Amino acid sequence: MAHLQLKAISKSFGNFQAVRDINLDIKDREFVVLVGPSGCGKSTLLRMIAGLETISSGDLFIDGERVNGREPDERGLAMVFQSYALYPHMTVEQNMGFALRLAGVPKDVRHQKVLDAARKLQLESMLDRRPSELSGGQRQRVAIGRTIVRDPKAFLFDEPLSNLDAALRGQMRIELAKMHQELEATMVYVTHDQVEAMTMADRIVVLRNGSIEQMGPPVELYQNPATAFVAGFLGSPKMNLFDVSAIERSHDSTVVILSEQNRLKLGNWPVSGRQITVGIRPEAVQISNSGDLVGKVEVVEHLGAEQLIYLNIGTEDLLTVRCHQPTAVKIGEPLRVEVDPSRMHVFDANGRAVMRNAA
Amino acid sequence: MMASNEAIPADVVQSEADSTPDKDAPGVKTAPLLAPSVVLLLAWMIVPLGMTLWFSFQRYNLLSPNISGFAGFNNYAFLLANGALWNAIFNTILLVGGVLIATLVLGLVCAVLLNQEFAGNSVARLFCILPFFVMPTVSALVWKNLLMHPVNGLFAWISKSLNLPVVDWFTDLPLFSIGIIVAWQWIPFATLVLLTSLQSLDREQVEAARMDGARGWSLFTNITLPHLCRSLTIVAMIETIFLLSIFAEILVTTAGGPGNSSTTLPYLIYKIAMLDWNVGIASAGGVVAIILANIVALFLIRTIAHTLERQ
Amino acid sequence: MTSAKRIVSWPFVLGWGVTFLMALPVLWMTLAAFKTEAQAIATPPVLLFEPTLENFAAVLRRANYPSYFLNSVIIAGGSTLLGIVVGLPAAYAFAFFPGKRTKDILVWMLSTKMMPAVGVLVPIYLLSRTLGLLDSAIALLIINMLINLPIIVWMLFTYFREIPGEIIEAARMDGAKPRHQFFFLLIPLAAPGIASTALLSFILAWNEAFWSINLTSWRAAPLTAFIASFSSPEGLFWAKLSAASLMAIGPIVVFGWLTQRHLVRGLTFGAVK
Repeated sequence: MAHLQLKAISKSFGNFQAVRDINLDIKDREFVVLVGPSGCGKSTLLRMIAGLETISSGDLFIDGERVNGREPDERGLAMVFQSYALYPHMTVEQNMGFALRLAGVPKDVRHQKVLDAARKLQLESMLDRRPSELSGGQRQRVAIGRTIVRDPKAFLFDEPLSNLDAALRGQMRIELAKMHQELEATMVYVTHDQVEAMTMADRIVVLRNGSIEQMGPPVELYQNPATAFVAGFLGSPKMNLFDVSAIERSHDSTVVILSEQNRLKLGNWPVSGRQITVGIRPEAVQISNSGDLVGKVEVVEHLGAEQLIYLNIGTEDLLTVRCHQPTAVKIGEPLRVEVDPSRMHVFDANGRAVMRNAA
Repeated sequence: MMASNEAIPADVVQSEADSTPDKDAPGVKTAPLLAPSVVLLLAWMIVPLGMTLWFSFQRYNLLSPNISGFAGFNNYAFLLANGALWNAIFNTILLVGGVLIATLVLGLVCAVLLNQEFAGNSVARLFCILPFFVMPTVSALVWKNLLMHPVNGLFAWISKSLNLPVVDWFTDLPLFSIGIIVAWQWIPFATLVLLTSLQSLDREQVEAARMDGARGWSLFTNITLPHLCRSLTIVAMIETIFLLSIFAEILVTTAGGPGNSSTTLPYLIYKIAMLDWNVGIASAGGVVAIILANIVALFLIRTIAHTLERQ
Repeated sequence: MTSAKRIVSWPFVLGWGVTFLMALPVLWMTLAAFKTEAQAIATPPVLLFEPTLENFAAVLRRANYPSYFLNSVIIAGGSTLLGIVVGLPAAYAFAFFPGKRTKDILVWMLSTKMMPAVGVLVPIYLLSRTLGLLDSAIALLIINMLINLPIIVWMLFTYFREIPGEIIEAARMDGAKPRHQFFFLLIPLAAPGIASTALLSFILAWNEAFWSINLTSWRAAPLTAFIASFSSPEGLFWAKLSAASLMAIGPIVVFGWLTQRHLVRGLTFGAVK
């Protein structure tokens, strides 16, 4: 339905540059998630697309048309807000039909469209209620229904699930994914929650300090993070990241010294420089009596299907180990683990990923 | 009357940044929306103020239209040399200060009591704030006649039944009596503001203090009172602004007397203007009153502008 | 026994004791309004009596009371209506389109409220005389509007600011122009706030005494000025004074009770909520 092009888009508030030089092509029917920590400029970027925030420089095209100066409603987009932003004095039906009413759509057509959308979202029985009489999840549905009714070119979501409890959030994630398939619509979704990004996106755009850090499909970003920041941001529990300054090089291998008792053999990485960061996903660590690393068990978290073990290996941060089988470990006792060298990541002093030498 | 040059709050700066730098920005012209209010208030401020200032330097008496012309500082000199002005200023300070202390203390007592759980406390609150809605002329006359009349008043009867001397309130204690009436009218205001403030006191903070061992009086002085501090300041300043203009209560009870013993600055100016018809001197008095009010206003405006920034 | 003990607690006794003292003058006045003149001035005071409506009838008959009442309604109602009409657009602009000067203008508006009435008594009196507006409801209506305009703008401003920005943005996405936002969203959403603002303005104008006494004699005199006339020898008719007073404060007390929760915000310019 819509193809969004962002060309060199920037936004500054006074001297503060919130968004810098963003180039992004959002294809028709694509589900793009903008993700990053708070203050990274993701919401500002979304609001510029929506037309709620002016664009300081750069161009925004929707289906090839430049829309920089257009009013929000003239861009043919719809948005779901973090607080839902329902009109408290209107019924559900009036809320959902407000845009059509302003556009001068006749009452019966309006009613039919609202009814269709309400049916999709199981809201038919609530059309006469006011937002204050609805639960959080129902309000969320009305906010989504309000956007569906307008049949927009693209849907924008600004952290829509952050006000829901964990269970409802999981359920809504699935519903939004289903909705994306059914409506075959372009969607731009802002969140700080990497789980939402990983589960729903066709493509994730990781933002940091107003710039794009990396973008790509979720699995790709998870497996090949371009920077230590992306590596640490995506994935739960977090990737283990250790800053290392002591490196021993010999002709065929490189050994990094993590702590007094622990050193880790790197494979064939062309490590140069003195300061690197080693990244190890918790699932890339396994308990093994012949492992390289040894540490004291500090904390064990049983999550049912899996178990997280936090090891003190003498570094500043604990090493997180993810086990899929329940393992009998005792707090305070030493545990030996092994790291799969093919699943390690190395980042240079600037946090950029270092590519492995071709074998 | 005064412009504030304090720093513009951050949120205003931000919205300003939102709405100006881009030529594409769709904007709303606010000038036509603001114009009616601003023009009206500007006229209301400048015209009479200018006239007062102008008259204060003129020889101008409506009873003797032949005398006119520039008076220089004569009107001010006459006023300042005249004991009546200083007496009036003294009375004003006494009245405002006394009423202020009374309303803050009693208002605090009322607020704390009404904040307790007891049967019918919401009805009690309605009756407690009743005096605030009584027009000043009514309250003054009810107090003067029905309550404080030396022969037929309720207070006289109470004194007599207790074998106490009967007080002729408006003859023996004129300013004090007016103070009682005014305080009665303004206690509800203090009560309401402080009650609102009390109810916004964080429950968890109180509970934390109780876990730490604070109770009763120590809870009140260590937690409640500091919390009320800002509200008490605001009540004091707003009341001062209104109390500096107390007029009707004096007019219908003592008319400033006996002698000048209950003449305040507003009442003195009223007498010079509306009874002596001396425009020049009354205007000079008006300027003095404006200066006095602005000293208080300055502090009040600072405080309120500060809350605007915090929002 | 236990339930009685629970009701009659210290807070109960003290709370109602203080309330009784605060309400006593009005209660006493209300009693007097239904007494005969002789009972009203009797010592010891008469507590048990056969209530009479004669005082109310006498006030209505003799003092041209309806005309004073009407003047009060015209002045308080007119000034409130005008004040809201003038103040609403300004408050809207301040709340939703703030600029560099917004805060300065708001603070300046507040400062006009600080001007003591007596400081400008002479020029306003002379201006009214020159314009033929002495003893006219128009002059009082306008003056009351100007006195209360800063409160109206400030109060409406604080209510408008409480409307979440996302609702306005949602409306913009839905295609609502500022005009639509104003009438479809802001007015309905701020309706309770607008109502309390109007009530407060009405109360303040109704009770305004300084200008009412100084600028009117009889034709345009509102109730405050009418009651003031009882301070002369007529003041000894206590029962009639009480009846007239009761009728004068009755409606306003009801309004005051209705708006008590919002009163604080209006009178403290939003500094205490």
